[in-house]
Amino acid sequence: MGTHNYNFTEQFEFTGKAKTLSIVAIVIGLASIGYGFSDHGLHERTFANLLLMAYYFACVCMSGAFFLAVQFVAQAGWSASILRVPQAMAKVLPIAVVILIAIIGAGLYTHNLYHHWNAPGLTDPADPNYDKLIDGKSAFLNVPFFLARQVIFLGVYSFFALLLSKLSTNEDLEGGLTSYTKSFKYSCIFLVIYGFTTPIFAFDTVMSLEAHWFSTMFGWYNFAAMWVSSLATMAVIIILLRKAGYMQWVNNSHLHNLGQFIFGFSIFWTYVWFAQFMLIYYANMPEETVYFYKRFEFYKFWFYLNLVMNFLAPVLLLMDRDNKRHENILLGVSIIVLCGHWVDYYQMIMPGTVEEHNGFGIIEIGTAIGFVGLFTFTVLSALSKSPLIAKNHPLLEESLNHQL
Amino acid sequence: MSNIKYILGSFGDPDDLMHGIEKLQENNVSIYDVYTPMPIHGIEAKLGIKRSRLDVLAFFCAITGTMSAFALIYLTSVVDWRNNIGGKPAFALPDFIPIMFELTILFCAFGLVGAYYASTHLFPGRSPRVMDLRATNDRFIIAVDAKQNAEHSKIDGLLKEAGAIEVKHNERKYISYE
Repeated sequence: MGTHNYNFTEQFEFTGKAKTLSIVAIVIGLASIGYGFSDHGLHERTFANLLLMAYYFACVCMSGAFFLAVQFVAQAGWSASILRVPQAMAKVLPIAVVILIAIIGAGLYTHNLYHHWNAPGLTDPADPNYDKLIDGKSAFLNVPFFLARQVIFLGVYSFFALLLSKLSTNEDLEGGLTSYTKSFKYSCIFLVIYGFTTPIFAFDTVMSLEAHWFSTMFGWYNFAAMWVSSLATMAVIIILLRKAGYMQWVNNSHLHNLGQFIFGFSIFWTYVWFAQFMLIYYANMPEETVYFYKRFEFYKFWFYLNLVMNFLAPVLLLMDRDNKRHENILLGVSIIVLCGHWVDYYQMIMPGTVEEHNGFGIIEIGTAIGFVGLFTFTVLSALSKSPLIAKNHPLLEESLNHQL
Repeated sequence: MSNIKYILGSFGDPDDLMHGIEKLQENNVSIYDVYTPMPIHGIEAKLGIKRSRLDVLAFFCAITGTMSAFALIYLTSVVDWRNNIGGKPAFALPDFIPIMFELTILFCAFGLVGAYYASTHLFPGRSPRVMDLRATNDRFIIAVDAKQNAEHSKIDGLLKEAGAIEVKHNERKYISYE
């Protein structure tokens, strides 16, 4: 034991190709959003895409904070040497939150998003637009309360994300167990809050696009999607860093653990997805089947592609132990899962906004590229600010000698 | 020729045990098996134990369960006795999936419990195979086959040198068969 010889002050340098490419991606994103707004007929579709990617961005970052909290509460040793990657994601959460709230606010203001429950006259019995169902839900679904929930939830997540990163920085400087015990305590509080509020956050941000329809599974379905996509993002970042010559202490047992996480939570995602689908299919009640009716009529290809990419691909490719330990296979599957969850969000959001006028073109691809560039740029900048290993983490030795 | 069947080196510490394994391997003494009260990281690689085929068994048990469930539901509700349930077709695949899923897990779990009992000789009615009772308590045991390795005194010496607290010469393989 203790035969390793790593440089604990190693720091990521964010320069060169990664930086140029991410800036190019951001420019492509801005250009395609600009193209979307140049044509009045495309406004709603552009807004739906912005919401999709901003939601994806925020979910990946907040699940990074969730990963940190889970590791602290479980007192997990294996992950101690890779914690800087989810920390960088957590540090970016405030930026993602500002973007998401700005897009939601603009969408509400211009009636391009959430117009199903946010339109004049919906709650006025005398108005021809009166909608009894929306009126019944208006105590919950009204603009001030909706925005307040968004701000409070995302603000609380950001607060804890920054707090956990800050405690880790203090640990680097001061050593000792103080930061670790504090992280444990705050992680416990954060997990309780996160567990109860993410379903409501998903109900608000995505499910309320089709405000007549509801599903109690929807919150957990979204939670599974954001958690597995965040794990896949972490795997991609770690593997690419390793290929670039950083983080040489990450061995294939660490990759095995990440692979198990991705494998397990892909199955969990399918389980929740199927639980939602199955009950609606079996009960066959019109107010619930309308959701899948739209997806079967206009989105059949995406509907099945979603299952292939998020269930079949990870299950078949990651079932074997050797595949989970293989850098390139894990990288490939992680990228499939990440694209798969874009498809997942796509067929959650599009039928409720643009209905049958959906498309897959410059706006979709460009917005996605732009947000990937933004994510890469912000996360890698955050990563380059501190050493790549938390050198005073009490369980670091266990992580460096991790073996499965 | 003596009646000694197995030489057991009994260690009080896992690091001494690992050291003992190295010593014996350096001197070309083949190790029959090692018994420890807790799992030790890296010991399989050191002893050159082949990877478990448990996952292969699990897969085949599971796929048997999936197919049994499918056959059961298909034969009962599609072939033998069609029922109109909520106006759905008799062959409604989504309805099959929960049962197929459950039987997959059930068959897999039962198969693996059975495999565990069979491979460890813990099946009800069988005597457990124990070479040294303290291997389940506080000692780490290296067992060396005495018939295959002739120089008994040299093995004793190697084990003692590596920190063995006690070296036993057993005339029977399993002391639990009493």
